[in-house]
Amino acid sequence: MWEKKPILLLVLATLAIMVGTVITMVLPFKWINGEGDRIASVKPYNALQLAGRDVYIREGCNNCHSQVVRPLVADVLRYGDYSKSGEFVYDQPHLWGSRRMGPDLARVGGKYPDAWHVQHMKQPKVMIPQSNMPAYTALVGNAIDPAYTEKKMKVLGFPYNQAEIQALAGKTELDALIAYLQKLGSDIPWRQQAKAVVVGDLVNPFVNDAAAIAEGAKLFDSNCDSCHDLKMESDDTDDVGPPLTNMKDFDENDLFTLIHDGTGAGMPSFASIGVTGIWKIVNFLKNHKEGDDEGHKKGDDEGHEK
Amino acid sequence: MEKTGYNYDIVKSYVHWSILWGTVAVLVGVLIAFQLVYPSLNLEPYLTYGRLRPLHTNAGIFGWGIGSFFALFFYIVQRLCRRPLWSVGLARFQLYFFNATIIAAAVTLLLGFNTSKEYHELEWPLDIMVVILWVVFSINIIMTIVKRKEEHMYISLWYMLATIVGVAVLYIVNAAEIPVSLFKSYSAYAGTNDANVQWWFGHNAVAMVLTAPPLAIFYYFLPKSTGVPIYSHRMSIIAFWSLIFMYLWTGAHHLIWTPVPDWIQTLALVFSLMLIAPSWGSVFNGYLSMGGQWHQMRENYLVKFFILGITFYGLQTLQGPSQAVRTFSAFIHFTEWVPGHVHMGTMGWVSMVLFAGVYCIFPKIYGREVYSIPLANLHFWLVLIGQLIYSVSMWIAGIQQASMWHSMNPDGNLTYTFVETLAQLYPYWTIRAVSGVIYLAGVLVFIYNLIMTARSPEASLSAAAQNV
Repeated sequence: MWEKKPILLLVLATLAIMVGTVITMVLPFKWINGEGDRIASVKPYNALQLAGRDVYIREGCNNCHSQVVRPLVADVLRYGDYSKSGEFVYDQPHLWGSRRMGPDLARVGGKYPDAWHVQHMKQPKVMIPQSNMPAYTALVGNAIDPAYTEKKMKVLGFPYNQAEIQALAGKTELDALIAYLQKLGSDIPWRQQAKAVVVGDLVNPFVNDAAAIAEGAKLFDSNCDSCHDLKMESDDTDDVGPPLTNMKDFDENDLFTLIHDGTGAGMPSFASIGVTGIWKIVNFLKNHKEGDDEGHKKGDDEGHEK
Repeated sequence: MEKTGYNYDIVKSYVHWSILWGTVAVLVGVLIAFQLVYPSLNLEPYLTYGRLRPLHTNAGIFGWGIGSFFALFFYIVQRLCRRPLWSVGLARFQLYFFNATIIAAAVTLLLGFNTSKEYHELEWPLDIMVVILWVVFSINIIMTIVKRKEEHMYISLWYMLATIVGVAVLYIVNAAEIPVSLFKSYSAYAGTNDANVQWWFGHNAVAMVLTAPPLAIFYYFLPKSTGVPIYSHRMSIIAFWSLIFMYLWTGAHHLIWTPVPDWIQTLALVFSLMLIAPSWGSVFNGYLSMGGQWHQMRENYLVKFFILGITFYGLQTLQGPSQAVRTFSAFIHFTEWVPGHVHMGTMGWVSMVLFAGVYCIFPKIYGREVYSIPLANLHFWLVLIGQLIYSVSMWIAGIQQASMWHSMNPDGNLTYTFVETLAQLYPYWTIRAVSGVIYLAGVLVFIYNLIMTARSPEASLSAAAQNV
C-alpha cells in the first residue's frame, strides 16, 4: 500500500527514524549535564582561554588530537584519570575528537611549562624530533581582539570582569592558545591523587651497568633532550629547562623522584617512562661526563671544548 | 529523447560538477596524506592539515557524494516516474546554488571558519545555504514522485524519500548554534550532550548520505546493467524498513568508553550488531540477482563495479558493527584503523557504485557509447587497487599503533611513549599516500574516458545502452 503512496511513505519513514532518535538522542538531555554531573572545581573559561579555544577550533586541532580519556588502563597511565561528564559542561562545542594522530590533550594543562609550548608551536620538531605536527608560527603575530572576545563571553554567559577584558590587549593568539591548553584538565580535583606513586624504598638497580646506561642515553634523547642540554651552551637560548652540567654529585634517589614526580612548577612528571626506564636515565646522568658524547647524538654538541 | 520528454541536460550539468568536486576531494586527500609524512608541506595559515582535512571530507561527501546523487536521482526519478522532472527551473537554480555553496564552503573552511563538528564543519550561514538547497531538491523530487505516471514506486524511490527526510532532520538538529558573528557560532549543546547529538548526526549521515542513496542507485542500475530483475522484492522491503529503523540508534558507537551514559553505548552496540541483517539483506539481494549471470563479471565492466561495490558494502557493514563492540573499540578507536574502515566505504562502496552509475547514464545523456571499455576497466583496477592498498595499510597501521599504545612492561608501566608509537607509522603513511596517487590516477582515467565520450561523433546506440 505504502509503495503506491509517497506521502504515506514519507510519514512512515519519519516515524521509523524518530524512534531511535528520541530514545538515544533526545531523552538523554534529561540526564546528561544535570546537577549530578557537576564538578564544583570546574569553572567556565576565562576570556583568554576562550579566545585560545577558538584558535584551537579554527586551526582544526581536533582533527589530530582527542580530548577524552577512556577508563582503560593504557589511557589512564598515559594521560591521567579518565574523563567525567562534568568536566565538559562549558564546552560548546565538545572537542573530544575521533583520532589520536597526536596525543590526547584532556590532561595537558600543567604538564609542560608555557615556554615549552611556545617552542613547540614554533618548531614542533625541535621539542619532539619525530613529530609530524605542523609548525604554527603565525599565531604569535595575531592579536586577540578584546571587544570581540567580550562579545563571545556574553554569548556563552561566562562570568568576566572588565580588568580581564582589558588584559587581553597585547595578547597574541599564541598566548591565548597556551592559556587554553594549560586549563585543560587542570581543574580536576582528583588529578593529583591519580598520580602514579612508587611503593617501597628506592633502590638503584643498575649501578655501573653499562648496558643500562646506554639505554638511559637513548631515553634521555627521546624524553629530556628537547628541554635540557647536557652542558652550558651560550648560543642555546631556546632551552626550556636548565642545562644538566654536573649531575655526578646529585643524590640518585632525589634525581629519581624529580624525574618521576616532576617539580610541580615547570618540569612535568615522567612517571609514564616507567620505574625501570627512569633508573636508566638516572644512571646515565650520574655517569655522564661533560664532553663525553659517545652514543649521544646531538649536532650542536660538536666543537665543544674539553 | 523527444518522445519521453525526459530532461537530461540538467543531469549532465550535475555529473560534470560532481566529478569536478570529487577530483578536488581526492587531490586534497592526497595532499594531506603527504602532509602527515612531510609536515613541511603544511603551508600556514590556509593550507595546514587541520584546515584541509575538513575540506577533503566536505568536498568528498557533499561535492562528489551529494552532487552525483543529485545527478543520478534526477535521472532515475524521471525514469521511474515515467515523467519529466517536476521543475527543471528549480533544478537549474539548485545547480547554481549547489556550486555556490560548495565554493563558499571551500573558501570558508580554508579561512578557518568551522564549527569543529566532524562532517558538519560549515558555519551557520553555510548551514542555511545547505538547508535551502535541500528544501529545493526535496520539493522537486517529491513533486515528481507525487505526479508520477507509474503507479508503483520502485525500491530506489523509497531510499530516495528516506534520504530526503533523514538528511533534513539530522542536519537541522545538529546545526543548532548560537551565532557570535557572521562566521563564528557556538553549539547550542554542551559537552556530553553535544557529543551525543554530533555522533547521532555523524553516524546517520553515513546512513542517509553514504548508504541509502548508493543503495537507491544500486537497486536501479544493477538490474539495468545485467538485464535481470532484483532477486527478491520482499527482501528489499524488509531490508529497507529495518535499515532506516535501526540506524538511528547506533550513533553512540562512536562514543564507546566516553562519559556518554553506558546504556546509550550499549543500545548503540546492540543495534549496530543487528544492523548487519538489513545491510546484508541488500548484499544478498544483489548477489542473488546475479544467479546465472556471474559470467557478466567477465564481460560487463558495469557489473564489476556494482558487484565489487556491494561486496565492499557487505564488508563495511561487518567491520563497522565489530568496531562497536566494547573490547574491539577499546583497541582500534582513535587509531589509523578508522580511516582504513571509512575509506573502504567511501572509495570502495560509494564511489564504485557512483562511477558505474555515471557510466550507465552517460550514453543516454550524451547519445554516445562510452568511448573506451578498456579504459573503463583500467579505471576499475586502479581505483580498486588504490583503495585496497589504502585500507589494508591503515588497518595494519592501526593494529600496530593500538598494540603499542596498550603494551605494558612487567613493572606495570607503558612500554612506549606516544612519540615512539607515532614514529612507527611513517612507512604506513607513505604507502597510504601512494595508494591515494593510484586512486587519483584511476579517477583521471575516468575523466579522460568521459571527455572522449562527449567528444566522439554521435552514433546510434546499441540495444544494451538503449535499455538503461
